[in-house]
Amino acid sequence: VGSGAPTDAASYRGVWAFAEWRHGRVHAVSYELLSAARRLADKKGVSCAAVLLGENLRDRASELLRYGADVVYVVDHPALRHFTDEAYSRCLVELVRRHKPEILLAGATSIGRSFIPRVAAMLQTGLTADCTDLDISDEGLLLQTRPAFGGNVMATIICPYGRPQMATVRPRVMRPVLDPRNGRVESVTLPEEVFRTRVQVLQVIPEEDTTAKLSEAEVIISGGRGLQKAENFRMVEELARLFKGAVGASRSVVEEGWVPVSHQVGQTGQTVSPTLYMAIGISGAIQHIVGMQGSKIVVAVNKDPEAPIFDVASCGVVADLFEFVPAFIERIRRGES
Amino acid sequence: MKIVVCIKQVPDAKNVRIDPNTHTLVRQGVESIINPFDLFAVEAALRLKDQHGAHVTALTMGPPQAEEALREVLSRGVDDAVLLSDRAFAGADTWATATVLAAAIRKIQDVSLIFCGKQAIDGDTAQVGPELATLLDMPYATFVKGLELQGDGHLHVVRKTDEGIEEWRLPLPALLTVLRDVGDPRLPSLKHKMRARKAVIPVWGLEDVGLSEDRVGLRGSFTQVVRVFSPPKRSDRWMLEGSVAEQVEKLYQYLKEAKVPGL
Ligand SMILES: Cc1cc2nc3c(=O)[nH]c(=O)nc-3n(C[C@H](O)[C@H](O)[C@H](O)COP(=O)(O)OP(=O)(O)OC[C@H]3O[C@@H](n4cnc5c(N)ncnc54)[C@H](O)[C@@H]3O)c2cc1C
Ligand SMILES: Cc1cc2nc3c(=O)[nH]c(=O)nc-3n(C[C@H](O)[C@H](O)[C@H](O)COP(=O)(O)OP(=O)(O)OC[C@H]3O[C@@H](n4cnc5c(N)ncnc54)[C@H](O)[C@@H]3O)c2cc1C
Repeated sequence: VGSGAPTDAASYRGVWAFAEWRHGRVHAVSYELLSAARRLADKKGVSCAAVLLGENLRDRASELLRYGADVVYVVDHPALRHFTDEAYSRCLVELVRRHKPEILLAGATSIGRSFIPRVAAMLQTGLTADCTDLDISDEGLLLQTRPAFGGNVMATIICPYGRPQMATVRPRVMRPVLDPRNGRVESVTLPEEVFRTRVQVLQVIPEEDTTAKLSEAEVIISGGRGLQKAENFRMVEELARLFKGAVGASRSVVEEGWVPVSHQVGQTGQTVSPTLYMAIGISGAIQHIVGMQGSKIVVAVNKDPEAPIFDVASCGVVADLFEFVPAFIERIRRGES
Repeated sequence: MKIVVCIKQVPDAKNVRIDPNTHTLVRQGVESIINPFDLFAVEAALRLKDQHGAHVTALTMGPPQAEEALREVLSRGVDDAVLLSDRAFAGADTWATATVLAAAIRKIQDVSLIFCGKQAIDGDTAQVGPELATLLDMPYATFVKGLELQGDGHLHVVRKTDEGIEEWRLPLPALLTVLRDVGDPRLPSLKHKMRARKAVIPVWGLEDVGLSEDRVGLRGSFTQVVRVFSPPKRSDRWMLEGSVAEQVEKLYQYLKEAKVPGL
């Protein structure tokens, strides 16, 4: 089972969360992961650690102690200034080999989804992708639940023999919980060859247009073909601005050329899970729904009460969007009064 | 230059359901398609071939009927194809899948570039590409939206991340997982269709790729699916009644109460 000799599972202890450092700050998903890791660690009665890789981290690592970490392992090195799969995975693998955690969680972000499979392959263990729920079984194994088949199916997965048991977790699914510890930050020095990489990062260009940062947004206002033409799409952008959120779109809208493809939500676009997803004039084709059904609150505005988008809505508005949206914009502008 | 494209035949995800009685996946009657992202991978390979000349081989691990998927990409201009099929391969997780693909690519020899899709729409993990590259000790770039082959045996790629765009340079041999931005898949041509129909597609099993039974399929997998179930339906749906003005007010208060940021 699991390719060759089973790992000596008993010698692995503790739950780890991989924390992400981006553009000079600890990324929010790190606190979510750490809170999940803390909960699992408590359930197993073991300790909980975070790993932070980057350059010029200063004392920011200690922020992670406030979310339940007993230890934060920090590797601060100029080669970690930009993400590369090779340097990141060698660092993490080296730390895992030294400390042998039994569970390792990382964010299902563009960083985690890229290098964590390499870590799993180097450590020769299993990896469950994109989990939305984590628990500990009666036997003490990690129960990893995730959507598959575009969200039509949920699967619970275990990794009985490989160690650590590894999972990536969708951003915004776990709740960050403040749980300050008298933990410690441990700076780790690794041999130089760990940082060598065949890949050269030439340029990192952050998306200037924050409206396109879909995966990060807490609020996404999305428009569909029901808006009829490009000028009308400005209503969607206006609403997004009021919420300080991002603009999403169905594929039809992208195909019409009203917005660039970076805004497309769905199977061939982006998968998002904001606090609020508002679908305006979107029918709710399955290829769209798979990209947004993880959202906490889904508001659908559509004149057709049978539109499938209402099946995944937490709040449904059957109305003509040309009446409803301007009135709603007006209401928000007016505020409390 | 030898290029390999990994493609996967997948059930049309929207029709897959859980049988409420047996609690198992119902795949009968569900049409199979080529994973949409893999068609972009094929297109990226064919464009490189058009520009620089290359031999493009399509590879898939799957049941015997996955041969259809290979014939389809042959009809789009892929040079040849190999089907990796063996009872022992069944039930593979991403690690066991990557193990078989890696063994096949070693057997093909001297492969300079491997293309995978960003992810498959059934398993949805996006893990096979990076795991495959790791097993072959190749550098890789994920979420690639554009690429250029440079004279000195390096690739210049543009990646799409959560934060924006990155440009990377990496030496061949390498593996890329691609997004739809690499180009719309070309349609099958008459000439290639005829060739595809007649093509003999070799089938490689366990012994052909030189692996033992305990490294592949269910036995070679680290992860085990212990339960599948239907996602819980939204039970909290609320349809707003009344005039537009009343609906507006109700929605406003609802979002306010839910403490939606920005309000
Ligand atoms: C392989 C594949 C991949 C795909 N990937 C994606 C993807 O990633 N993302 C995606 O979104 N789609 C994707 N699609 C396309 C998808 O199937 C749908 O065609 C698309 O999502 C429909 O977009 P829409 O809802 O904007 O348009 P429509 O389906 O045309 O819906 C318009 C809606 O607006 C409503 N409407 C019209 N006028 C008004 C009004 N005045 N007031 C209120 N409501 C009104 C209508 O009732 C209707 O429900 C994919 C398709 C395929 C085959
Ligand atoms: C409900 C369910 C949940 C699962 N969850 C997990 C999990 O969390 N972890 C895990 O390790 N396994 C999991 N599996 C198993 C996994 O789906 C299979 O191993 C599958 O063969 C490959 O994974 P994928 O579909 O996610 O492909 P991805 O990794 O998403 O595919 C990426 C690319 O790899 C290439 N590729 C993938 N499969 C093949 C193939 N068979 N032949 C040729 N090229 C291929 C294609 O280019 C594809 O675009 C799960 C299976 C099911 C049914």
